[in-house]
Amino acid sequence: MNLTLKIWRQTDANDKGKMVDYKVTEISEHMSFLEMMDVLNEQLINKGVEPVAFDHDCREGICGMCSMYINGEAHGPDRGVTTCQLHMRMFKDGDTITIEPFRAKAFPVIKDLVVDRSAFDRIQHAGGYISVNTSGNTQDANATLISKHAADEAMDAATCIGCGACVASCKNASAMLFVGAKVSQYALLPQGQIEAVDRVKNMVAQMDLEGFGNCTNTGACEVECPKGISLENIARMNREFLSANVKS
Amino acid sequence: MSGFFKSSIGRKYAMALSAFFLMFFLLQHFAINILSVFSPDAFNEASHFMGTFWAVQYVLQPVLIFGVIYHFVMGFILEAKNRSARVKKYAKNNGAANSSWMSRNMIYSGLAILAFLVLHFIDFWIPEINTKFIDGDMTGLLPNGEGFRYYEELVHKFENPLRVGAYVIAFIFLSLHLMHGFSSAFQSAGASSMRKEKLQLFAKVYSISIPLGFIFIALFHHFNH
Amino acid sequence: MSVLDSKVPKGPLKTKWTDYKNHIDLVNPANKRNIDVIVVGTGLAGGSAAATLAELGYNVKTFCYQDSPRRAHSIAAQGGINAAKNYQGDGDSTYRLFYDTVKGGDYRSREANVYRLAEVSANIIDQCVAQGVPFARDYGGLLDNRSFGGVLVSRTFYAKGQTGQQLLLGAYSAMNRQIARGKITPFNRHEMLDVVKIDGKARGIIARNLVTGEIERHSAHAVVIASGGYGNVYFLSTNAMGSNVTASWKIHKKGAFFANPCYTQIHPTCIPRSGDYQSKLTLMSESLRNDGRIWVPKNLDDVMAIREGKKKPTDLSEDERDYYLERRYPAFGNLVPRDVASRAAKERCDAGYGVNATGEAVYLDFAAAIKRYGIEQAKIHNITNASADKIYDLGAAIVKAKYGNLFQMYEKIVDQDPYKTPMMIYPAVHYTMGGVWVDYNLMTTIPGCYAIGEANFSDHGANRLGASALMQGLADGYFVLPYTIGDYLSHDIRTGKIPTDTPEFDAAEKEVTDRINFFINNKGEHSVDYYHKKLGKIMWDECGMSRNAEGLKKAIEEISALRKDFWKNVNVPGTTTEYNEQLAKAGRVADFLELGELFAKDALVREESAGGHFREEHQTEDGEAKRLKEFQFVSAWEYKGEPKDAVLHKEELVYENIEVKERSYK
Repeated sequence: MNLTLKIWRQTDANDKGKMVDYKVTEISEHMSFLEMMDVLNEQLINKGVEPVAFDHDCREGICGMCSMYINGEAHGPDRGVTTCQLHMRMFKDGDTITIEPFRAKAFPVIKDLVVDRSAFDRIQHAGGYISVNTSGNTQDANATLISKHAADEAMDAATCIGCGACVASCKNASAMLFVGAKVSQYALLPQGQIEAVDRVKNMVAQMDLEGFGNCTNTGACEVECPKGISLENIARMNREFLSANVKS
Repeated sequence: MSGFFKSSIGRKYAMALSAFFLMFFLLQHFAINILSVFSPDAFNEASHFMGTFWAVQYVLQPVLIFGVIYHFVMGFILEAKNRSARVKKYAKNNGAANSSWMSRNMIYSGLAILAFLVLHFIDFWIPEINTKFIDGDMTGLLPNGEGFRYYEELVHKFENPLRVGAYVIAFIFLSLHLMHGFSSAFQSAGASSMRKEKLQLFAKVYSISIPLGFIFIALFHHFNH
Repeated sequence: MSVLDSKVPKGPLKTKWTDYKNHIDLVNPANKRNIDVIVVGTGLAGGSAAATLAELGYNVKTFCYQDSPRRAHSIAAQGGINAAKNYQGDGDSTYRLFYDTVKGGDYRSREANVYRLAEVSANIIDQCVAQGVPFARDYGGLLDNRSFGGVLVSRTFYAKGQTGQQLLLGAYSAMNRQIARGKITPFNRHEMLDVVKIDGKARGIIARNLVTGEIERHSAHAVVIASGGYGNVYFLSTNAMGSNVTASWKIHKKGAFFANPCYTQIHPTCIPRSGDYQSKLTLMSESLRNDGRIWVPKNLDDVMAIREGKKKPTDLSEDERDYYLERRYPAFGNLVPRDVASRAAKERCDAGYGVNATGEAVYLDFAAAIKRYGIEQAKIHNITNASADKIYDLGAAIVKAKYGNLFQMYEKIVDQDPYKTPMMIYPAVHYTMGGVWVDYNLMTTIPGCYAIGEANFSDHGANRLGASALMQGLADGYFVLPYTIGDYLSHDIRTGKIPTDTPEFDAAEKEVTDRINFFINNKGEHSVDYYHKKLGKIMWDECGMSRNAEGLKKAIEEISALRKDFWKNVNVPGTTTEYNEQLAKAGRVADFLELGELFAKDALVREESAGGHFREEHQTEDGEAKRLKEFQFVSAWEYKGEPKDAVLHKEELVYENIEVKERSYK
């Protein structure tokens, strides 16, 4: 199929940037979206035009590196997928596809479609861990029983790949689904209880500092999340935050 | 708790808390107003009680005014902050794909409700305050002294079709605001049951039936007198 | 006597590691504060090492090309991590894990290293659980296990189909704690482009900031390479797009020997390729072989009918199917090791039984498992006379709970529902057992330069068993390197900060800058990918699942010619002082073009078949790998300029605690 692509081009963080139109031809419906972008870039390189920069790495939907806003949605129109898993069969011959970077004040553009998501890292530095040393003498892994239900629910929260689609989709550029998932994973496990109060307070404080917007419960993040992280995680974070503030 | 209400989540709680109060107030307001359809006397009795009982006048009324102002002011502050969290907007954004219109436009339904409140205050609240506290007439009686004035004033206000039209439109916006706001408040407050169907259903029933009831009252009095 | 000293301590195997740890030199906490360590790569090995070293008190700098340490490709590991916990009471033990790993590696790994790995495996699970890794549990609240290829016990711990992700997030969380304390300084979106040696010791690196293009000097008392494997030399592999050999290759060029480059794992269960545009291959976890049955049609007529779309796989009756793994290997069946399963698939497809248009696919079928689980569930829920549909639904729910994310991934890529029709799979390059040669301390032949995780060669021999890569990465990072590195650093307590304004740093930086400028100024005809794809094709055709002398010689010449052409005609757009992915890629492909040739050379020299290395000239009558006693050594290559001039050093492998037998899974 043949497509028209409207792509955001921006040479660096200081550039104003603009949308530029490109044509690509002979795209197979079996290609992934990024393979289509590879075809475009190969064409651009051969024409002497600088290729479009975009983040990508594992190309199997788990590293969380790819991050495109396609036709007005994070990771495009398909559900439960990252951009690298989006396939061209979701589009039709002759379509015009608009491709933009994930936009948020806290995610400044580095170049073209590449954005800086280090704010997520800083939130996790603030408390996204359990303080346990690598001694080799921690208690036996089976010493504390954990109900299957709690373990599964913690796992569901922990599957977050930190891609930032939640922030990109949120009309307020809020990071609460991401932070909620991180807080929840530990809140659901007995290991996480010891530091629970400080963890949620510190992570929320850092989140606020990074300039993300506030959650207004539109639910867009949950719909666009490639890993289906539930809004319940935000509610749980709110509870944790309230109880942490009541306790100290 | 220091700094709680300055944090993003603290503000969510505050919005939710004021919303709960306003939703409860709305229910109460509706319960009294609907009396006017069935029994003018009962309506008059209830109105007089609410208008003169000290706890309502000097405790609940200030709380309500604070709640209304807080909800609006904080709503505006959050909206401004949220807008500034995305400086450069998307060239193409398909919000309808992942969220309801209501959830994305709370600021507009809220502004419509604010405009209505101004009208409503001019219509009812300011004259009421004027009668009671400037003129010092706490009797609640008609000027001719024959019975309470509340029902008569109500009927009189709904004579003008333009006003009725404005009320109807305002309540449609209120409904839209509640359709998201009701369950959103529960989610903000951390209610894990928010996602459950029953609460969702209740939210829907509430946010449609209460505004619809108010519309009914306005139309009832407009067409029956 | 070889120049290689493995430094394996004396004493009985069982107490070697403990005794060694008891006598190793330590650095006191106050002195650790004055010692810097650089860790390149932040996957399971690098991340866990960085966190542990920082926890001990060293000043750590980490480098990764991704935008966050959490994105390293360890994250893509699906199935699980082995540990000799014997929670299932099925006869597992440290010795058995050791035995399985050595046998699985076709007796080409170092005995002492593997035993140590098995020994610390149980600690890894304890550590990860303490960190909050949400491993799967059973209804009683205890940890659950599954079984993996090449073993007869259930010792694999897992977190749905995302075990690698959860373990990496665990290591990353440990890093976060140290970053918050200021003990780790992370350099993300940075790529190491050379190691700096001073007085023969590794004393720092030259790195490029991938955002600004700036060339940076970083000094340290030791350098740890944890940059993973080199599977991307094939262009198409299950590795991440950015996975590369550059860090390992740079230290190789500065004196670190490169061991067994030809040992590559071709994983049997990957999604078959669909066209020339394909940029990478996707793995379907080996755990699927717990429940999936692999087959092709028995009759070629059916094969043709399926390819033409006239028949569906579900139309074929049981006797029209050839469950070739169950037929050839009755003892292990579908759970034979990866190398065996891959070769068996290739054998069937070469014989014309491949079931898709390219003729390179076999079926992985879950119908039997769905039925089995369905009947079991019906019993559990007291449903008598359950209909076939009900049984299917009950069974499908169990399969979904176990492999849901994998099935969804398959459906998104192939656009077929694997609950209804068998999956199609084909082998793909997945892991490289070969890597930088290290001694028992995990130190390379450059003093002060260490290699851990997939980047080194040590533990998996000629074939890695499933769920062992995660185990090795974390064992190296959490429990081995932090001890052994102390032995070396204890001599550095008086060294003080290493200055970066020395001639050695000047020279290394100049070399890096010259090369980058060359790429940008070359303005050739072909893109970097053009060369990468060509290299990949040569590698897959001649150094893939089976190899022969003629093909390998051809490969050596072709790669050499391709490399010359690359240096003449490569086209790299953009400038040096910006985010420039093509420029980064050019450097990586340049290194792959050298490694590829050494790879072929190593494969040519190794005139035997062992594990993932299958030489057509050396097979048994029924097509199994034929190992030769005289090749019971590690090939460690010393860099001498062109790959063809590389010098081979042999480390003889001695097995004192395990009998070297024919490796049979029949």
